[in-house]
Amino acid sequence: MSDHAMLEVRDLYKYFPIRQSMLDILLRRPANNVKAVDGVSFDLERGEVLAIVGESGCGKTTIARTLIGLEEQTDGEILFHDELVGAHERRARAGLVPLEAGTVGSSEQKVFPRMSMKRLRQQAQMIFQDPYESLNPRATILEIVAEPLVVHGLARGRDERLERVKTALEEAGLRPAEDYFLRYPHELSGGQRQRVVIASAMVLQPELLIADEPVSMLDVSIRAEILNLLRDLRQRRGVSIVFITHDLSTVAYFADRIAVMYLGRMVETGPAREVLANPQHPYTKALISVIPVPNPRLRRERVILQGETPNPIDLPSGCRFHPRCPVAVEACKVTDPANVLVGENHHAACLLLNVAASPNIASGEAAST
Amino acid sequence: MTESLLSVRNLTTEFHLPDGRIARALEDVSFDVLPGQTIGLVGESGCGKTTTLMSVMRLLPASGRITAGHALFKGRDLMQLSEQQMRSVRWREMAIVFQGAMNALNPVMKVGDQIREPIELHNLMDRDAAEKRVGELLEMVGIQRSRRDQYPHQYSGGMRQRAMIAMALACSPSLLFADEPTTALDVMIQAQVLDLLKEIQKHLGLAIVMVTHDLGVVAEVCDSVVVMYGGKVAEYASADAIYNEPQHPYTRRLLASFPDLIRPSDTLASIPGTPPRLTDLPTGCRFHPRCDVKVEACDKETPVLKMIEEQSAEGGAIHCAACHLLHGEEAKFQ
Repeated sequence: MSDHAMLEVRDLYKYFPIRQSMLDILLRRPANNVKAVDGVSFDLERGEVLAIVGESGCGKTTIARTLIGLEEQTDGEILFHDELVGAHERRARAGLVPLEAGTVGSSEQKVFPRMSMKRLRQQAQMIFQDPYESLNPRATILEIVAEPLVVHGLARGRDERLERVKTALEEAGLRPAEDYFLRYPHELSGGQRQRVVIASAMVLQPELLIADEPVSMLDVSIRAEILNLLRDLRQRRGVSIVFITHDLSTVAYFADRIAVMYLGRMVETGPAREVLANPQHPYTKALISVIPVPNPRLRRERVILQGETPNPIDLPSGCRFHPRCPVAVEACKVTDPANVLVGENHHAACLLLNVAASPNIASGEAAST
Repeated sequence: MTESLLSVRNLTTEFHLPDGRIARALEDVSFDVLPGQTIGLVGESGCGKTTTLMSVMRLLPASGRITAGHALFKGRDLMQLSEQQMRSVRWREMAIVFQGAMNALNPVMKVGDQIREPIELHNLMDRDAAEKRVGELLEMVGIQRSRRDQYPHQYSGGMRQRAMIAMALACSPSLLFADEPTTALDVMIQAQVLDLLKEIQKHLGLAIVMVTHDLGVVAEVCDSVVVMYGGKVAEYASADAIYNEPQHPYTRRLLASFPDLIRPSDTLASIPGTPPRLTDLPTGCRFHPRCDVKVEACDKETPVLKMIEEQSAEGGAIHCAACHLLHGEEAKFQ
């Protein structure tokens, strides 16, 4: 094995082209793209939990879908155990790219093998947001949880299959599992359904779980159960989790690292406790300040950002957060800030931090504006 | 002591299901709403929060019956009004922001027209004045007047919720019901909507009844809280007392399951099991199957609401809870 992280994402871009009308084409209007993910890099170690946090439309779900091959990235590499993944199979079959290997990095030109979609999905599984809609209403729980095993041809004998389904259901907290085998999703509560979803993701014993807002549809009391379950799975199975949410309060207690996204970029990344206790980017600060505190005696000053995330077709110039930023200065309209190191493993992309980190940039900036 | 705007007393509602069973959705629910104050109805799904609102507004589906209780609003008992009289009260005196703004707006009607509709139905002003009012309302909730002629699908989630609020305020009601107004929204938009509600309340002196399962939201905006479980009031107190001196085991466990950002713990407490089915309620205390401190009496006798702290002369809120482990006089509401 190499010293690389289990999952490495390098300069990931995902643009969705907007369909043009005939008139647009005749008038030679430029084609527009929705820049859902606009240059994102991160690593994930084995057994690590990374929370990707941001408002609707910041690109967090697109990252999840790209990681698992439901979307094909526009550019950038995803390396899972040093193998390239991405929805490139169809292109490969059409002879557009070689299936066996791909290269990464223009300077190194390192060659990596490509991983097939089927192998990827044995090792990486996704938990979707809505347990009411992500289960087949006409299949029994046994059929639902056994299906991944059948698809991947993993448990051939009936007994072995039953055994694995039983283990998965019990690990997901549905005990005794036999009671659930012949029931249908509509007979279960929301929390139980989400447990079935988790069981059918875990039945393949993946190394990576991608959980897209797994608790946002659930009641608070049930939310805690599901979060505790995910946490147990991580401890017992060493599964890595990419946890996608808009709610910082749910990640506070079980993520190792937090990445805060805004309009397709990660604006702040770092160890979870560090980011929550000592946020550096004004957007992170605002997000943390609006988390409701369950005690009226602790009501705090809140930074409520006005407006909503702008349209990712026409990105603002300079720093993409400047139109909503409470502390923006003139230079923010012009300069797109780079990521700077603000603490151990803690990065943030804000011009005001750039100034503090390296005065040279600031003076150079002042000269040019 | 301030006169309450709405006094709900012993409200009991049943649903008659098609198979002949009866779901006892509400039993003996009492609380007071003071002018200009916000009261939160809290509990898990299926605890009767929305049914309480719908019973007071008398908007229950055909299978629902209010079998007992009163709801005194400005001295009139809403339960005794004819449907005709009720229609003049609804929206004019008390309005509701429905759950799920995506589905509560008419998709084929311009937003501005939808806001004007209640003003016209109540014959409050002529068309020009109503049109002016629509513009003012949109501005009040932070939507540009120029978007008056757009359809709901052209609005974002947060804007639809704002439009719903504008519609509820159209006839200047004195009481606003808000049913999970922020549940499907992002945290930042949620904060914006809560801020807007607070501002409007300060500006117009509205009383708000907010239904939510999010205790953080309640702490942020409510003056007093009714914790509901299985169609009954489990605890009723000021927001401060609910968070700092919770008495009912359900309230305590609900609070413990809320992630605390200031003091993150290692494991989140949860409440095993699910709320009871209303067709098949447990005997005795409705919470006893999930309670971790239950005693022998809990599955036999139904606990009454006990007064833990009387209403003080200065108008401090009462605090009562329904649990066998607590001591106190049975709570009596005037």
